[in-house]
Amino acid sequence: MARDSQAALIALNRFGFGARGGASGDFINAASDPRGFVLAELARPNGALLEVPGLLSTPELGRQVFDYQFEIQQARNAAKAAQQGASETPPQGSDAKPQPRRNLSLSTAAKEIAGKDPAIQPPDSANAAMTPSATMQPPTMQTMAGPPKPPAQPLNIIQKTFRAEALARLQRGVVADCGFVERLVVFWSNHFCISANKGALARMWAGSFEREAIRPHVLGRFSDMLKAVEQHPAMLFFLDNQQSLGPESRAGINRNRGLNENLAREIMELHTLGVGGGYTQDDVTALARVITGWTFAGRRGQLGTPGSFVFNANAHQPGPQQVLGKTYAQAGVAQGEAVLSDIARHPSTAKFIATKFARHFVADDPPPALVAKLQDSFTKTDGDLRALATTLVGSSEAWQATLTKMRSPYEFLLASGRLLARNPEDPGRYLNGLNLLGQPLWSPAGPNGFPDTTAAWAAPEGLKLRLDISAQLASQLADRFDPRELLELVAADAAAPETRRTIERAESRQQALALLLMSPEFQRR
Amino acid sequence: MDCSESLRMQATSRRALLLGGASFAAWAYLPKFARAADGRDPRFVTIILRGALDGLATVAPVGDPDYAGLHGAIALRADGPNAALMLDQFFGLHPAMPEFARMYRAKQAAVVHAVATSYRDRSHFDGQDVLESGFPGPGRVQSGWLNRALEALPKGERVTSALAVGPTTPLVLRGAAPTVGWAPSALPQAADDTAMRLLDLYQHRDPTLASALTQGLQLDKQAQGDEMKPKPGGGVAAMRLVARGAAKLMAADDGPRIGALAFEGWDTHANEGGAVGRLAQLLGGLDGALAEFQSGLGARWRDTVIVVATEFGRTARINGTEGTDHGTGTIALLAGGAVNGGRMITDWPGLKPANLYQARDLAPTTDLRAVIKGVLHDQFGLGERVLAETVFPDSAPARPMKGLIT
Repeated sequence: MARDSQAALIALNRFGFGARGGASGDFINAASDPRGFVLAELARPNGALLEVPGLLSTPELGRQVFDYQFEIQQARNAAKAAQQGASETPPQGSDAKPQPRRNLSLSTAAKEIAGKDPAIQPPDSANAAMTPSATMQPPTMQTMAGPPKPPAQPLNIIQKTFRAEALARLQRGVVADCGFVERLVVFWSNHFCISANKGALARMWAGSFEREAIRPHVLGRFSDMLKAVEQHPAMLFFLDNQQSLGPESRAGINRNRGLNENLAREIMELHTLGVGGGYTQDDVTALARVITGWTFAGRRGQLGTPGSFVFNANAHQPGPQQVLGKTYAQAGVAQGEAVLSDIARHPSTAKFIATKFARHFVADDPPPALVAKLQDSFTKTDGDLRALATTLVGSSEAWQATLTKMRSPYEFLLASGRLLARNPEDPGRYLNGLNLLGQPLWSPAGPNGFPDTTAAWAAPEGLKLRLDISAQLASQLADRFDPRELLELVAADAAAPETRRTIERAESRQQALALLLMSPEFQRR
Repeated sequence: MDCSESLRMQATSRRALLLGGASFAAWAYLPKFARAADGRDPRFVTIILRGALDGLATVAPVGDPDYAGLHGAIALRADGPNAALMLDQFFGLHPAMPEFARMYRAKQAAVVHAVATSYRDRSHFDGQDVLESGFPGPGRVQSGWLNRALEALPKGERVTSALAVGPTTPLVLRGAAPTVGWAPSALPQAADDTAMRLLDLYQHRDPTLASALTQGLQLDKQAQGDEMKPKPGGGVAAMRLVARGAAKLMAADDGPRIGALAFEGWDTHANEGGAVGRLAQLLGGLDGALAEFQSGLGARWRDTVIVVATEFGRTARINGTEGTDHGTGTIALLAGGAVNGGRMITDWPGLKPANLYQARDLAPTTDLRAVIKGVLHDQFGLGERVLAETVFPDSAPARPMKGLIT
């Protein structure tokens, strides 16, 4: 069979997570049938699902967070009561010891003021910037007066869950054949991103959001993914929709609160139509009204199973709404579902998705012919995402464009893990590496997700940090490998002579491995 | 592949820093001025607040009869507990910013109100592109106005200090003029020899990566004082920390003169808070960062101008969740010993429904480009033409504002 090494490099790096080490034979298999190697994963039924024992559903995870927060609140209340009782006994005692009393009472007062309405501002251990004590105390106070941290604090349920979800995702990425389906998962997860930094619930749900709203539809229909995402408690929490009330709804009138257009705007701007996609401020506001009442049930489960999506008719703005020139007269949740269904099929959405998809996989400025093909596929197949992926791999443009993109930190770390055959048992090294390189897992800085351009990931400091990480990895592992053999697994005769020479002439195995991990053959895709 | 404990700790500290969304980068060269003989050694810093700062909550028009009704429960008040720090009869500064108030009283700080870039839609990302690129409209541009301003400056010695926090350079400083940065990371460093070999490979195979690595290798050269190591304390502490590090390096005779920081997290859609709360905490961080610049720059504060800007403002009326949605007009802050301060600079449009932009936002009456152009003109002697054509393309009608610098 013909062997095309350059195409193998494209199959493995552009579409996948890179060649696995050991006896995987990835490069040879990719070289003998590059397209088939990539497409094989698409044929597996349910190949995108991640079902791992111990990973729970969103409502189950929600219940754990609610219980955890409730316990903390109880403990705080108990402590406060005890403190108040104690200070009442010696009436003059507080004057005698001014120094410690002062600190104590300041932080207690801060908690009392900031914690007045726990229903609106739940305790949020994941985001230090939002904790009540941080709100009230100047930072110097905090660092100077704060108690020293205990050396090894056991992980709480939120941290444990986050790490378990991260580990399951990393392990799947490390063992996948080509990794194309996992790359698709990462792409769509970033397109519809949430941030774990939003708070305890978001951190708890970051993994289940991806498992439940993204993975089932990665090879399914865009409109189904859109609906699953916008009705997922994690997204509703991330973009504040659970707080948004129809101004004329019963809850809106009773509580004198109203709209929050955060989710509605990002649906149009980031999830579907894109900026310039033909919507106006009025459309954003109308959509915000349409999706009032889309929320999730809280701890006490008055609206439904705690932690599950519910439609709260009491919060829903009554009456028909006009979005993008069309009137939606449906009642209840059907109104929003009808709007989403139409937006998913809007020509601007097809164009926006096609461009972003091509930009992610092929080039910062993707070939217009490729974008046109993808847009056409999206439109003709009613947003069939398996067809979209197949069109991409089937196009000639995706195989002709040179490898100019830079691997993201996630892709880089996973590719090194695959090459060095390290199936992680602990996600720590990956999570730390991602933090250092500016791509903390499931925690982008904004709802537009992590950047997807070469410039973002080829920045000076980022590159230097990659070198430091590569050198550290190599210093720990190089003894087990012959770097020249690894180069054969990574690129074989697609490796440039300069790269081969640099690795062969390195002064040590450690140095050779670090250089291999940093070579253009390993960094570019 | 197990990570050492030290790596874990460093990574955790760094994470705290990145969570604060703070980053810094600077020009790799000293500007060369003919008039350096007069002892003036100008410094310039721009602080980009990403997420859209609520200008009406930061510098509140408490004297405007419509303000309290619009800003509702989170409106600042002129008296009572946590009262606004009144800058004049009409405008009150958020009480979380006592340092800025002090600078204002010392005539080293000024506020420009009802200001906006030329962008009139409400997407953060396009808004930030316009703010940082300096182009009149959004688009995929790869250079920022500050970088193009650097290109117009006479290039002197290369700086020996280098600073940047955050693995990417903010767009405002991206472009052809070389920039440097510094990270408080203490990963074990790759050996110099390994780095040189890699650089050699890149020079043959991948010039773009060669150029990035060359700059990256200079980042860690500058010795870092203990006080610049990351400390716990969340986003607010991170703002101070980055400012402290930047000020220390910029104070050095051979340190950079022109830099940029970006602070994230200003998108206060829900529970924004009034005199206390979420925004108050962020403003406290910003205030602390400005104070760090003043103390860290020492005698150089005299020649310094800091411009704080954001992509757009927020709705005049609070939304249904005691926050504010994306708006238009907002504020810009000027601070530094060289600022002709103690002034509110505004053509106040009023907050009556008819005066609001699209009946919803503070109407912009000042072009932010005019402010920045005025500063660059007076601080660095950049000509009006280069400012209107290169630094802020197609901005001729927005003439540089006069008299911002003493």
